[in-house]
Amino acid sequence: MIDFRNVTKVYEAGNRALEGVDLHIDDGEFVFLVGPSGSGKSTIIKLLTAELEPTSGSIEINGYKLETIKKRQIPYMRRTVGVIFQDFRLIENKTVFENVAYGMRVVGASGKEIKTRVPYVLDLVGLENRGRRLPHELSGGEQQRVAIARALVNNPAMIVADEPTGNLDPQRSYEIMMLLERINALGTTVMVVTHERELVNRFTKRVIAINEGKVINDGMDGYYINEET
Amino acid sequence: MGYLFKEGIRNMFTHGFMSFAAVCVTVACMVIIGSFSLIIYNLSILVSDMERQNRLLVCVDETYDTAEAKAVGSRINLTDNVHEAVFISREEAGRRFIEQQGGGDAFEGIDASTFRDQFEVSLEDNTRMEETIQALRQIQGVAEVKGRTELAEGFTTIQRVLNIASVAIIVVLLVVSLFMISNTIKLAMYDRRDEIAIMRMLGATNRFIRFPYFVEGFLIGMISGIVAFFLMWGLYDLLANQITRIDSLQLFNIVPFRDVLWITVATFGAAGLFVGVFGSVMSIRKFLDV
Repeated sequence: MIDFRNVTKVYEAGNRALEGVDLHIDDGEFVFLVGPSGSGKSTIIKLLTAELEPTSGSIEINGYKLETIKKRQIPYMRRTVGVIFQDFRLIENKTVFENVAYGMRVVGASGKEIKTRVPYVLDLVGLENRGRRLPHELSGGEQQRVAIARALVNNPAMIVADEPTGNLDPQRSYEIMMLLERINALGTTVMVVTHERELVNRFTKRVIAINEGKVINDGMDGYYINEET
Repeated sequence: MGYLFKEGIRNMFTHGFMSFAAVCVTVACMVIIGSFSLIIYNLSILVSDMERQNRLLVCVDETYDTAEAKAVGSRINLTDNVHEAVFISREEAGRRFIEQQGGGDAFEGIDASTFRDQFEVSLEDNTRMEETIQALRQIQGVAEVKGRTELAEGFTTIQRVLNIASVAIIVVLLVVSLFMISNTIKLAMYDRRDEIAIMRMLGATNRFIRFPYFVEGFLIGMISGIVAFFLMWGLYDLLANQITRIDSLQLFNIVPFRDVLWITVATFGAAGLFVGVFGSVMSIRKFLDV
């Protein structure tokens, strides 16, 4: 569950990235967060992963209140949020299996648990035969699936995908979205941050539109922001 | 823990070039500082040896017989700052005198009684030569004390200058080395900032992130220490052999490496581990900020 209450973020240089944002996403929801470049989407993701602190307002993520969270608790909060990036962020010298297993190593999982869970997740994202490959041996779509598998492997309460299809062609983009939809159907909250209007409009999902640091629309009526405005 | 340990070892090889660079810079710095320290140490030993040659000559009253003269020796030995008093009989004193004069017939037939029983006195601390001379003069039976105080002062000045210069140069070299090493490690860490960001994003604790770097730093430090030690040993022996072959440098009595072996092992080991571990852990700190 994500709960933003009257959140404002002003960067040190004085740049006002978010202004009084109220946002509530329940467990199990599938949400698109849309908006043009510089609208504040990345700031929301950084707040969700506690890379940034809000200037004012309160944020609660999966039971962790960020205004009172202790530094040593932040890694545990992050484990409840699986993050996927446009550039995949895989470790190049580790195989697909090792990249996914790495997510479990971090939380102290045993070798036995890893051997059971990783093949299951790779199968879920359609990479059951790619475990021994290195990231550079895979296509962009496959690399993004590895990133999704890694985000999923610890069974987080929520997946946040930051422009997950930004580097992919339309067909691969659609496949990735279908995969995220399937993951959502299994009970994981999914938040997809994007500015790809066509893709968003192909799915009938809740769309939160943000512009100049403010939420300007929140509903099921698709992506209507004109990037030029 | 086993996994993190393995990761540390693995990291060292997967980032082979940066590890190699870190080892090379650390080894170079250690060898430079080590060489300089050993040169200073040798010079210091040389000056000390020369200083030790500068002994006092204590002449016993000529009316004393040998037994009485030796009794004076016991009192000399009890004097503060006296390291050792070696008895030189009248006969020995005469023989040395003739030898100093180049021998020859001119001195033949000189009676030993012409000379006095003497003691060659070495001191604990030559900087206190003047006060020791005064103390020795107070002993009954001591007729005369000869000492080259100006030479002792000269040696003391040389030793002081050597100490100050060596400390200053070693400190400068140490600062430059630490700067170079820390920059190399920072560069290595910068190379891996994405990897660290991924770990943080996955919810890794700082301890989980830091441990493999600690292991890696430990290994790089240990390897650097070992390589630097053997390199230093080889260079030192090579140089020592060259010096002993040059006639004009026979004055220099090079300290054998085995005399400084353990101190070099300990210093290089400690320095390598300190630089490796401390450098890695400190450099990673800024990437761990939440």
